[in-house]
Amino acid sequence: MPMPYYVSPEQMMQDKAEYAKKGIAKGRSIIAMEYVDGILLAAENPSASLHKISEIYDSIAFAGAGKYSEFENLRKAGIRHADLKGFMYSREDVTARSLANGYSQSLGTIFSQEMKPLEVEILVVQIGHNGHSNEMYRISFDGSIIDEKQFAVIGGKSEAVQAALKEKVPAGPPDLKTALNLSILALEQTGNQKLSLETLEVAVLDRTRENRKFRRYTPAETKQFLA
Amino acid sequence: MKLPFLPNHDDASFFDFLTRQHPELTPGGRRSTEPPLPVHELPRSVGPVTVPQATTVLAVKSQQGVVIAGDRRATEGFQIAERRIEKVFKIDDYSAMAIAGAAGPCIEMAKLFQTELEHYEKLEGMQLSCEGKANKLGQMVKANLPMVFQGLVVMPLYVGFDLKRGEGRIFKYDLAGGRYEESDYHAIGSGGKDARNTMREHFKKAMTEQEALKLALLALYNAADDDVGTGGPDLIRGIYPTAKIVNAQGITDVSESDIRGVYEAMLATRMAKER
Repeated sequence: MPMPYYVSPEQMMQDKAEYAKKGIAKGRSIIAMEYVDGILLAAENPSASLHKISEIYDSIAFAGAGKYSEFENLRKAGIRHADLKGFMYSREDVTARSLANGYSQSLGTIFSQEMKPLEVEILVVQIGHNGHSNEMYRISFDGSIIDEKQFAVIGGKSEAVQAALKEKVPAGPPDLKTALNLSILALEQTGNQKLSLETLEVAVLDRTRENRKFRRYTPAETKQFLA
Repeated sequence: MKLPFLPNHDDASFFDFLTRQHPELTPGGRRSTEPPLPVHELPRSVGPVTVPQATTVLAVKSQQGVVIAGDRRATEGFQIAERRIEKVFKIDDYSAMAIAGAAGPCIEMAKLFQTELEHYEKLEGMQLSCEGKANKLGQMVKANLPMVFQGLVVMPLYVGFDLKRGEGRIFKYDLAGGRYEESDYHAIGSGGKDARNTMREHFKKAMTEQEALKLALLALYNAADDDVGTGGPDLIRGIYPTAKIVNAQGITDVSESDIRGVYEAMLATRMAKER
């Protein structure tokens, strides 16, 4: 019986990480940015119906970059987790932190145990109420969590977008219009092309809204808002 | 491999998800792996179960949509268990449901139905159709059948605004989950028959929302007059029936002051008759 080839664990992890990174690098970037009344999420997305940004719960949103089928599954799992928790306990017991932990566990387990890692990077963000601060978690393909402040970027050119934003984002939270313009500028700068508003997916978690804080902006609404 | 939250579940229904993954949280509270009991072996109630019962709820169509209303009393045997119970629930932006039966399971079903519709909307990115919502509620009532044999009846009345058809719709159910659409008005609960009698006499097609609200409140008043299980307006404590209006703009609560106004006028005319 032939023996299987030996591959060192380091080599295997490195290969998997490289594979996942390559998959994510193909996609475009998504920005989450804190503004005065909440958190703005903006993504370049040529499809009008296959969303990258979505509502998870009252004050929690999700964004996924990489392979659509894979982050879509994660999104659904997150909604199930949140709705179950809210149903079992109460609506205020659903938190981004517990969701981010769950995602991290799932992604980490799949990364180390499965042949093929998930080619995704996701964001879980929650707006705070009554003086509590916002929370933004970036979770990578290997399950590592990074707690972000002010803004977070995932997807293909995330490092370049992050660098572009770092220079421009003001110390205090900007208003929504400024935040949106900054995001568009950063996406254009790194993509080296003018961004059509038709291909920009925009959503906000707006603290001033009642109950469910998530709101999606259609391209027409975005255009009107920026005009 | 056990993952924290990636159960192999592929359905957009929260109710089905609960039934499969967490059967202890469903109204029936049964494990899906257990075979269903044959009907003759279902546990019968051993004597009367005394749980708070909720009572007269009704819905009336107007030209713009539907008015749904309910009284506030819950009884336990011959005692009043609760004077301020809320029996009309907003389910989503375009629908509401009112309940009659055992108060606890009723409220639980309303909460489950709210979660169900929100869950579907988030997963699929769009709302269920009005018909789809009504059917789903029917399945939930059907799943509650084993509890009915133990005396825990849950009977919903569902109203929704059908955005495709541009009209309000009323659905009633039977205990086996049967779903029937009513064209004009309906009332359920212990005082349901009394309320229906009033509405039959005074209902007109294409009433304004204000007229429909007045009729709903009148029917509730008459039901409370004849049925011990139904509470009328409590002027001393300031407790009034609650009502919601569903139309193309969405769902709105009728304010307590509006309801009080309708009752004050109604009582003034009644008192004048008695003198």
